Amino acid sequence: MAERLSFSDEVSNLLYAAHGNPLTTCIQCGTCSGTCPVVPYMDHTPRRLIGMITAGLKEEVMASNTYWSCASCYHCNVRCPQGIDIAELMYALKRLSIWRAQHKEGLIGPVFSETFVKTIFKSGRSYEPVLATSYLFTFGVQEFLQEAQTATSLMLKGRLPVLPPRIKRLDNFGRMLRRIIPMGDAK
Amino acid sequence: MKEYAYYPGCSVEKMALSYHMSAMETTRALGIQLKELEDWNCCGTTAYFHVDQILSHALCARNLAIAEREKLDLVAVCAGCYKNLYFANAHLKNDPDLAEHVNVALSEDQLNFAGTIAVRHLIEVFIQDVGLEAIQAKVSHPLTGLHVAPYYGCQILRPRKDHEDVEQPRFFEDLLTAIGATAVEYPDRLRCCGSSLLLTSRPAALGMLRTLLQSAVDSGAAVIATACPLCQVNLECYQNQVNHEFGTDLSIPVLYFTQLVGLALGIPPDKLGIGKELVLPTPVLSSVGR
Repeated sequence: MAERLSFSDEVSNLLYAAHGNPLTTCIQCGTCSGTCPVVPYMDHTPRRLIGMITAGLKEEVMASNTYWSCASCYHCNVRCPQGIDIAELMYALKRLSIWRAQHKEGLIGPVFSETFVKTIFKSGRSYEPVLATSYLFTFGVQEFLQEAQTATSLMLKGRLPVLPPRIKRLDNFGRMLRRIIPMGDAK
Repeated sequence: MKEYAYYPGCSVEKMALSYHMSAMETTRALGIQLKELEDWNCCGTTAYFHVDQILSHALCARNLAIAEREKLDLVAVCAGCYKNLYFANAHLKNDPDLAEHVNVALSEDQLNFAGTIAVRHLIEVFIQDVGLEAIQAKVSHPLTGLHVAPYYGCQILRPRKDHEDVEQPRFFEDLLTAIGATAVEYPDRLRCCGSSLLLTSRPAALGMLRTLLQSAVDSGAAVIATACPLCQVNLECYQNQVNHEFGTDLSIPVLYFTQLVGLALGIPPDKLGIGKELVLPTPVLSSVGR
């Protein structure tokens, strides 16, 4: 009889290009959690998240904000005594949650990432004003006004782009990306 | 004159224009030439890893392949671009299957990745290729008395590339010393600025920025030096919002290392993009005669 893949194996399979040791080598020492600068804002610490994955608590893991709070600073990575690629684990969970459209409600990260990827797909370069639409409208009035104030100051200093930049060989570039991910005719 | 392919990165086009200006000016003065990479594209930042690993490698590979065609090592100024390009280069070199996959895609732009060049960060080029002694020899306006917090941030150092010291690096301090400035002991110099969390998890990022800014002030710095556009923008342009959120009164200028080196080499401030800041460095700089 075929066995059902455990959540821990499922996550390990997502780490196909990571260069760290398997999650199962984690000794739960907590060095990652002690190092992570975002821990105060996470539902679960990285140490706990790894423990939860090993315990197969898939729903609780996927529903947490932990992996979407990771800033990719790689501080845990360089300190982990077991050599686990923890930042890559967070990327893997982000990918899984985007593919399955399964993540905690109200997170800006997934929408931001998708907007970003589409922006690059269309022009080859990043363009702040388009990216801003993915988060600005989720802000409260206070935050919105503060963000608008910062943007205005930057514009007055000539630090915000007016026109979106574009690479020259955009058609080739688009075909190149479609060779990796078939995106149909989506523009 | 040693020549490098130069990868500006998206933020340098506008948001961090002063980094670009000061990089061009200082490299010229130090006798190295940066040749902008032809038709470069976005490195994918972290957002592409959130969607697909191979896709993010393909984006970097296109830039690497263009540099290979020029037969030049590729120099990035942004820590994030540097990390992405460096590791894409390393992974593609070590994984022929991955490289083959990516090369099929690259053929759409008549390009091919062969793994023949190195990826460098500009601060590394200054320290390793130009050398601190050579820089010091060209200093005409030493920044004597200027207390600077060397902010390394994350991705210049991490993930670890080889066996370099990622816990106690000193190269930023050494560079500041070479241009006559005083590098303060900045305990949070390796701590993350929050990067794009500022957009996606604002409360977390503002809290992280407050810690960094306060710690720089407490360590006696009059200015923070960075080697990354995202760190610069977060630390400088969001001080107002940090002050608003926490009732603090922080006002510390944040300059690129290239701007400080440029000043010490006697390059006029406006050519280094000084004046584009939201927290003006002019009072601090005039105290050291610049």
